[in-house]
Amino acid sequence: MTMLWDKPEISRREFFEKCAEAGAKSFIFGGLVVTTANLLLAQDTQDTRARAEEAPVKGTKGPIYGFVVDTTKCIGCGSCVRACRDENNVPDGFSRTWVEQYTFFPNGEVIVNSPNGGADGFGEDLPNRNMPEELGQLPVRGFFVPKLCNHCINTPCIQVCPVGASYVTKEGVVLVDQERCIGCGYCVQACPFGSRYINPQTNTADKCTWCYHRITKGMLPACVQACPAKARIFGNVSDPNSEISQILANNRVQVLKSYLGTNPRTRYIGLDSEVI
Amino acid sequence: VHHYVTQGYVLPNQMHIYWTMMIVLYPYITGIVAGAFIISSLHHVFDRDELKPVSRFAMLMALAFLLCAPLPLLVHLGHPERALNIMFTPNVTSAMAGFGFIYSIYLLILTVEIWLLYRVDIVFLSSNARSEMMRRLYWILALGVTDISEEAKALDRKVMLFLAAIGVPAACFLHGYVGFLFGAIKANPWWASPLMPVIFLLSAIVSGIAMVLVCYLIVQWFNKRPVDSECTQSLMESAWYFLMVDVALEGLELLNRAYMANHEWEIMKHLIVDKLFVSLFVVQFLIGSVVPFVLLGTAVVFKNRFSAGVRSVMGFVSGFLLLVQVFAMRWNVVMGGQMFSKSFRGFLNFHVDIVGREGLLAVLFIFTLPFVAMLIFSRVLPLWGPISTFPTRWLRDRPSEHVPLGSFTKFK
Repeated sequence: MTMLWDKPEISRREFFEKCAEAGAKSFIFGGLVVTTANLLLAQDTQDTRARAEEAPVKGTKGPIYGFVVDTTKCIGCGSCVRACRDENNVPDGFSRTWVEQYTFFPNGEVIVNSPNGGADGFGEDLPNRNMPEELGQLPVRGFFVPKLCNHCINTPCIQVCPVGASYVTKEGVVLVDQERCIGCGYCVQACPFGSRYINPQTNTADKCTWCYHRITKGMLPACVQACPAKARIFGNVSDPNSEISQILANNRVQVLKSYLGTNPRTRYIGLDSEVI
Repeated sequence: VHHYVTQGYVLPNQMHIYWTMMIVLYPYITGIVAGAFIISSLHHVFDRDELKPVSRFAMLMALAFLLCAPLPLLVHLGHPERALNIMFTPNVTSAMAGFGFIYSIYLLILTVEIWLLYRVDIVFLSSNARSEMMRRLYWILALGVTDISEEAKALDRKVMLFLAAIGVPAACFLHGYVGFLFGAIKANPWWASPLMPVIFLLSAIVSGIAMVLVCYLIVQWFNKRPVDSECTQSLMESAWYFLMVDVALEGLELLNRAYMANHEWEIMKHLIVDKLFVSLFVVQFLIGSVVPFVLLGTAVVFKNRFSAGVRSVMGFVSGFLLLVQVFAMRWNVVMGGQMFSKSFRGFLNFHVDIVGREGLLAVLFIFTLPFVAMLIFSRVLPLWGPISTFPTRWLRDRPSEHVPLGSFTKFK
């Protein structure tokens, strides 16, 4: 078999041709390998990641904030949603926080709704607006789930922002720089929880800030303050004596879509498997 | 911002489809760039001589579409005036931040390559164009380099071969990268797939070949010039081949998802059966893939049973259908991924605007711009072969006398 190096002479043209061919092939192949490897590595690494309260932002000794939603306490009054809209001037048709109502029927059907983000409460009527006629039976159980930005540690929204307008503060809060955001909407697509939206007034990405303007002055987020049932707990998780640290120490908590490995700082008590 | 018709439970912030038809158009345009460039390179680098009649045209088509590729993005941005921030303050972990750099590098490679390809023609035209204004334009385009000696041409060819060697992977990267933009979004099960860049790239090549084929046939028929059937046959063979691999991968990807039946499959099943049935099964698969597959396959396998004219018509019809197919594929990816809520419990309908910044008319307007650009190119440079094919009405003398000066279309 005649190999390339067995040839007495190789013309420059041949050399460049071979180089070009080999270069093109290895470039494409290499690209595919790297892409695949990245995607594989991006999964199933959650176990090795630090838990939220043990992962302070590097080089700081200040508070690291956390949020706990106790779904067993939520009464679906919608005070939190109204308080948030008033506090943060949230545009109509969007919600930085919202409340979902889950209703379970004997045949296994689950109906979820959140009219106006739950801002007006849910009244005493069962969710018959969407109820399929064939169900025709009374629900067997139900509950409310308040939702908001999860302020993930491995946050996909910051990862994809092309200009670095999405960032994390030293307290672990995920924010958007309205002056820098180009309004591409990539972060809205990348957020698995539907926490982000494009604000039609500013044409930039917008989201829950945990009321950063309040918490940095020692106040509570508006939704936490407005909740009459203490279903929302906010505080400094780096202080072991804080209320939230005590709650985290004494409860079994879950996060939303844990399989995605975003490692949220917002955690839930009493999350049902139907809650996605 | 529209409120779309929804069914089931849609998360409150997902009542809108944020990525509109502009984001369908963007990968469609870059796909044609990649495909056209690869066709041109098949001739210039890989010695496919039968593609000579379209090799220059394909190269300029790549440039025309590339120049228009950022337009849909700019129109879509909430703050287009901040667009250059993706190059000034890029976020290194963002795939999208790569766009500015990948685009610029590719634009540079393509422009330099085209300049070298046409340099001798430009020098010739700078003294032989009919109007004074055009001679000045060519003088500017020559960038002061008027050396057309054999040594200079030999050097041009070397540089061009080198650029083409980078250009092919760059074209693949430009479009594979567009697939990555979607494939790497784990929040969206309809997008998240390592196969996405590969599928995008293959369908890009299909659309580029189809666009070159369709445009070539239209121009030849319109100008009542003979169609080079070896060239169209070769284009049809390539289109057939890439179509088979492309559709096989797309089908396997869907089959794999269905077979694994993860918990997201429940919503995706409804998505493809209820929401995307027409655009996915009817348009993309049946009309856009099966029909061209049969037509192209017949024209390739039973080549001798059909006259060249009949095969040209088959090529034109399949080329057009392939262009529809690839557009439908982009549509199904971009829109399909936004037609279900991340609650995995509800759906949205996309409402096509006619007017408006991101409406149908704006999309059509942007899509005609590459063709306008090609029309301008055709006025300045010979698109269909050596300088001898350039219309004589724009020259001082008959060009045939000057052919020895600069008549290479191939740079090796």
